[in-house]
Amino acid sequence: MTNLLLFPILIPILTASVLLFFPKRIAAQRAVTVVGLVASIIAALFLLRTVMTDGVQAVTLGSWPAPFGISMVSDPLSVSLVLTSLLITLGVVVYSFRSIGEGREKYFYYPAILFMLTGINGSFTTGDIFNLFVFFEVLLLASYLLIVLGGEKRQLRESIKYILVNVVSSAFFVTTVAMLYSVVGSLNMADIAEKVTEIGQSGILTVIAVMLILVFGLKGAIFPLYFWLPGSYAAPPVPVLALFGALLTKVGVYAIIRTVTLLFPHDPGFTHELLMILAILTVIAGCIGALAYYDLKQIVIYNIIIAVGVILFGVAQMNMAGLEGAVFYLIHDMLIKAGLFMLIGVIIAITGTSNLREMGGLMKTYPGLAWTWLVAAFGLAGIPPLSGFFGKLLIVQGAFEADNLWGGIIILASSLIVLLSVIRIFIHAFWGEPMPVKGTSAGIYRGLLIPAVLVTALTVFYGVGTEWLRPLMWDAAEILHQPSIYIDAVLKE
Amino acid sequence: MEFHMIILVGILVTVAVYLLLSRNMIRIILGTAVLSHAVHLLLITMGGAGEGGVPLLRESDGPYADALPQALILTAIVISFATTAFLLVLAYRTYEESGSDNMNTIRRIDRE
Amino acid sequence: MKSSDVILQTATKVVFFLIFLFAIHIFFAGHYTPGGGFVGGLLTASAIVLLLLAFDLKTVSRALPFNYTIMIAIGLLLALGTASASILFDVPFFTHAYDYFDLPLFGETSLHSAMLFDLGVYLVVVGATMNIILTIGSDD
Repeated sequence: MTNLLLFPILIPILTASVLLFFPKRIAAQRAVTVVGLVASIIAALFLLRTVMTDGVQAVTLGSWPAPFGISMVSDPLSVSLVLTSLLITLGVVVYSFRSIGEGREKYFYYPAILFMLTGINGSFTTGDIFNLFVFFEVLLLASYLLIVLGGEKRQLRESIKYILVNVVSSAFFVTTVAMLYSVVGSLNMADIAEKVTEIGQSGILTVIAVMLILVFGLKGAIFPLYFWLPGSYAAPPVPVLALFGALLTKVGVYAIIRTVTLLFPHDPGFTHELLMILAILTVIAGCIGALAYYDLKQIVIYNIIIAVGVILFGVAQMNMAGLEGAVFYLIHDMLIKAGLFMLIGVIIAITGTSNLREMGGLMKTYPGLAWTWLVAAFGLAGIPPLSGFFGKLLIVQGAFEADNLWGGIIILASSLIVLLSVIRIFIHAFWGEPMPVKGTSAGIYRGLLIPAVLVTALTVFYGVGTEWLRPLMWDAAEILHQPSIYIDAVLKE
Repeated sequence: MEFHMIILVGILVTVAVYLLLSRNMIRIILGTAVLSHAVHLLLITMGGAGEGGVPLLRESDGPYADALPQALILTAIVISFATTAFLLVLAYRTYEESGSDNMNTIRRIDRE
Repeated sequence: MKSSDVILQTATKVVFFLIFLFAIHIFFAGHYTPGGGFVGGLLTASAIVLLLLAFDLKTVSRALPFNYTIMIAIGLLLALGTASASILFDVPFFTHAYDYFDLPLFGETSLHSAMLFDLGVYLVVVGATMNIILTIGSDD
């Protein structure tokens, strides 16, 4: 059916609108949310099969012909990102049954998550640059609600920071879209790509490309625009932090990938060179931060920054190995960050603190948690056969193929630092002498641990099953490398 | 015509940046509002302002003004309205919690 | 101290309906001329705010007993339902349908499904604006 690719966007927002009718009935809210998410996942699986067999899917809203209407496009990259974000949201929603507290659940917590998911899936699926702005804003407004829900003082301060940074970035985005429209006269991404190829990438278009990298980099936390991230992400409760860390920065990264490969691939000497330098600096800045803190949340938050740098470095290589590695690593990172944040949420619930110096010896009383953390840590660092390995391998191979030796070496060195930072958590929290802990009831512990273990198991399957996923990732990378496939699917409809 | 608009947009962005860097919460929110006004004016200018007739088939004929930037501006205005409303309510709540609207006091709001 | 609001209240009793009717006119005119759901919603919200200024919150919520959050939900469902109706006909999403009907009082009118979508937008805007104003304004 023609509208299949819109279902992962429509079902969450319909579910959220239905949820607005009964905000105080918590059991009904939980049930309807899970039903809506499961329905969206089934639709996304159907969509994945359609995209793998029939190629890139495109639909233009309102039955207008392609360059004039708003196009929504599902290529293998978009559909795998949509499916991953739906799975992660389901895991975090089940996780928050036991951890978010009834106060927040009664004040539109689940509708906010579903509205944010609409914005995320819409950003991944859209093929029109102003529609990308609109879905970004939907996603941002829902995230403002989530970050401030609960009203603790720390949340109030951090949400002011977060909202102001994003308002300025949105104003920049509209400015850039205005300039892009005045140069090419169209908003449809496939049409812009064709027109840019025709008129050649002159100076003004390179400026617009850099401005787009700036806008999406503010959202995706690259150097030097990441300074809002550690403060703002540490303030909300852990399930919200898991959603933000796994999904929101990746929308910015996806937008950079899409615009740099589809719209502006013609002057790699400037744009891709700049992206590569920024990515290396992001990796270095993230490594410094990950080693500097003894706070659980901050270590994993700085690991987000390292991962963003690695993905963008892979994209900046512009060869098949680098692009495929970037796609592999992007999906791996979404899953593993969700798992890591959920696990540190369990640790915080057990010990009552997030300071590493005040905990120890949890291995004796909570061995399941300890071993799951170790598996997740190895997955993050990229130890084969877990999920981080193939992405990094392909990115480093792409770097060596493109003669960027030092970049590849820095990526490899950052893996060691990532491993050090998460193993340090293992050493301090799980080994050593047991310190007196607050403890938590068995029900809450199981309710929190089971979604975390399931998401970590998903990353293990992702790593071990790389051979099966390779065709999907290779297709995604090929479309990034040769944008004419995407353009044909949209415009020759 | 575009020249005057661009100068105006530049002045508005200057005012907005000055307000955004101030210490008082309400001035910062006013700064975001002025910034969004400047950006919307930029959208009109970039769409070719003032050339052509009303873009309705029966109202005029000949070269029409570009209707697309007008729709873009409507959308952007609605979005900035919602964000400004959210920021204002947040500022009010922060004022209730901290007792002041000075950003330096709000910085230390959770360190009692 | 009881301030005498006689002039304001008497004027409001007439002006409210004028503003509301103008809002409805702008809403319906939105298809072919400037206007539409967003502007109509803001004007209706400003009419209700005028009522709030002249009378107090309790009187107004007795006169207009709407739960504005439910209004937002109904508006969202209406808008999404209208846009999703095209899924049942297997045409691209958001395709509208319109036709000319012979209505008893109005004669030949063209009815367009974009009007239903705009009605959804109208309800969302009224609900959201009233929610914002009541949240800030009812603290005193």
